[in-house]
Amino acid sequence: MENFNLILTGVGGQGIITLLQVIDEAAVVEGYDVKSSELHGLSQRGGSVEAHIRFGKKVFSPMVSNGQADLILALEAMEGLRESAKAGKQTRLLVNNYILPIPGAPTKEEIIKQLRGFKSNFYLVPASEDCKEKLQNEVVCTLYMVGHAVANKLMPIKKESALTAIKNVIPEKYLELNIKAFNLGYGE
Amino acid sequence: MKKILLGNNAIIQAAIDSGVSYVSGYPGCPSAEIGDDFAKIAAQNGVYVEWATNEKVGLESAIGASFSGLKTLVSMKSFGINVCSDSLLPLAYTGTKGAMVIVIADDPSCWSSAQTEQNTRIYSQFGHIPTLEPADPQECYDFTKLGFEISEKFNTPVILHTTTRVNHQKMPVTFEDVKKNAEFKKGQFEKNPYQFATMPPRTMEMKKELLDKIKKIQIFAEKSKINLIDSSKNKVGVITSGVSYLHVKEALEVLKLDLPILKLGFFYPLPEDKIKKFIHPLKKLLVVEELDGYIEREVNVLAKIENLKLQIFGKNVLPIIGELNTEKVCVALAKITGKKFLEFKVKKIDLPRRTARLCEGCPYWYVFPTLKRVAPNAIFTGDIGCNMIAGFAPHNIQDTLFSMGASLGIGHGVSKSTNQKVISIMGDGTFFHAGISPLLNAVYNKSKPLMVILDNRITAMTGHQPNPGMGKTLMGEDTTQVSIEEIAKACGVKHIKVLDPISIKELESTVKEFLEKDEISLIICKRICALLERRQKKS
Repeated sequence: MENFNLILTGVGGQGIITLLQVIDEAAVVEGYDVKSSELHGLSQRGGSVEAHIRFGKKVFSPMVSNGQADLILALEAMEGLRESAKAGKQTRLLVNNYILPIPGAPTKEEIIKQLRGFKSNFYLVPASEDCKEKLQNEVVCTLYMVGHAVANKLMPIKKESALTAIKNVIPEKYLELNIKAFNLGYGE
Repeated sequence: MKKILLGNNAIIQAAIDSGVSYVSGYPGCPSAEIGDDFAKIAAQNGVYVEWATNEKVGLESAIGASFSGLKTLVSMKSFGINVCSDSLLPLAYTGTKGAMVIVIADDPSCWSSAQTEQNTRIYSQFGHIPTLEPADPQECYDFTKLGFEISEKFNTPVILHTTTRVNHQKMPVTFEDVKKNAEFKKGQFEKNPYQFATMPPRTMEMKKELLDKIKKIQIFAEKSKINLIDSSKNKVGVITSGVSYLHVKEALEVLKLDLPILKLGFFYPLPEDKIKKFIHPLKKLLVVEELDGYIEREVNVLAKIENLKLQIFGKNVLPIIGELNTEKVCVALAKITGKKFLEFKVKKIDLPRRTARLCEGCPYWYVFPTLKRVAPNAIFTGDIGCNMIAGFAPHNIQDTLFSMGASLGIGHGVSKSTNQKVISIMGDGTFFHAGISPLLNAVYNKSKPLMVILDNRITAMTGHQPNPGMGKTLMGEDTTQVSIEEIAKACGVKHIKVLDPISIKELESTVKEFLEKDEISLIICKRICALLERRQKKS
């Protein structure tokens, strides 16, 4: 396998760092070499946040080059659209059907319509909505997204590896909730 | 032991495995986790950790510990070295006793920095301080350990120069995990003014000793494995350092090129003989480094001695602004080797920029609109911290932004030079860092700005570090809760009002009243950071 290139995007405070930790760990459980890059500080105060993960046989740079992502995982739809500017032909976009509006932003319908331009590479999931409704917690939508990506083979991580990673990374107190969110996204 | 670690946490692990016992510095992005996360495991490892009031004090704190025989770690972001340089340079002269590694974290592309996109490496040459540049978390671990070894061997401070993409990079890191005594062992200061006091004419002797020492370290660097060569017979070569090495490795794979690479682990002193040997057989050389081309300049000098025909490329094919990445290196390599490389065209999608904003419930929401409404024509001098969000929509009131504490220093100057109303905004963390001195100056030199201190009871922007106003140390001990109001009184400020900004009417009338004063006035808007309040309620 060539190195797998993943971009995570969303809005500061949505839980990108935890999401990154889980996927990093899952890649290690799978036996891959892995490197990732995250941003802290200013950008976390409600700004756009982007993180990169690369895994495979041997990874040097933690950064995904423009056009090289295999998967863009967006926790917020407008940030997903923004990131889609860097999508190549092979790039698949997994987008949470959720908007954090700001002044001057297009409507959710317009955003989704533009994303539909990616046709079969575009996957829209109601992660926030389902998590809020069924688990009374929106923050765990990150694990829902992982579940969906694993179930639909959007990234080369097996279910057991993802679950092991979740157990290794998530504190005991929140473990059950996070596994529930993963399973919800997985479709179980 | 092998574990996925952030660059900053790899530095902590290396410090523990090296037997560090005293940690100081000042929080800033991208280095803040070094103090924050160290504090969580310090007690069990017999380590003392503090956040000092600023970087200069933090370094001096570590100097005191080093002179008392303790092994010390100091951390700060790029701008911190500007603040501490006054003591850093004499430290090179005196040298250290207990080993000391100083982590300085630059932020190319200004991901979480205002101010400037500074390339701090120049201080290493300027101050004659040995400097190592890791590329990833494994090297953060290895180079920090080596830094302590070099410091111990040569009695010199060692700088670990990192960048955001190194500090905030994660990968599986192999480390020793040395078990330590959970007891903090105190040192002993043995008097030695000959070595610890930079009094002339001894200062000149010390300079000579320093330069001799650097020569010895240069010989050490020549043999060091961290200046590594990926060999190839190709006549086009690459010299690189830090995270740029990773981009070079990727770029060579993309372009299917096999070129020799000299990766410099030492930025200062450079292994000149090794560089000469490396460039000797080459026809072309690309120097890949972020921001200013310091290594390129040095290599140009060496090439004059060693290989006059060598064509050297660097900042003429690589940007001097912004961080590097694989694509930028591909473009440069393609130009030099004649290989084809098509840059990916990023699509244009018209979306509003999502800038940082004040959090939900942030007390500043009450302050900025009130100031704007009451004093629409005032000059607002801004400062570092969450309060610089005043410069974004919907507030848009920030007229200047420089460095920590500068809002009042500049506000004083504007107030003295014009008849305009001046409002200088500053957070509590910044006030303790660099706000007291300009306050004293404004009183002493008789200007009349209105200073507004946004006291949200913590150093918020950088990730909720405790400060002297909170009554708690980084390690969670109770300490004196310092009153900003009392400091201002002692500085001679006569018009002071402490209020809760939620009382907008009171804030409004005080602003109106104080703007008419013929002397400096101060409003302390005291209300806890909304995030901190929510967190406290949870726990």
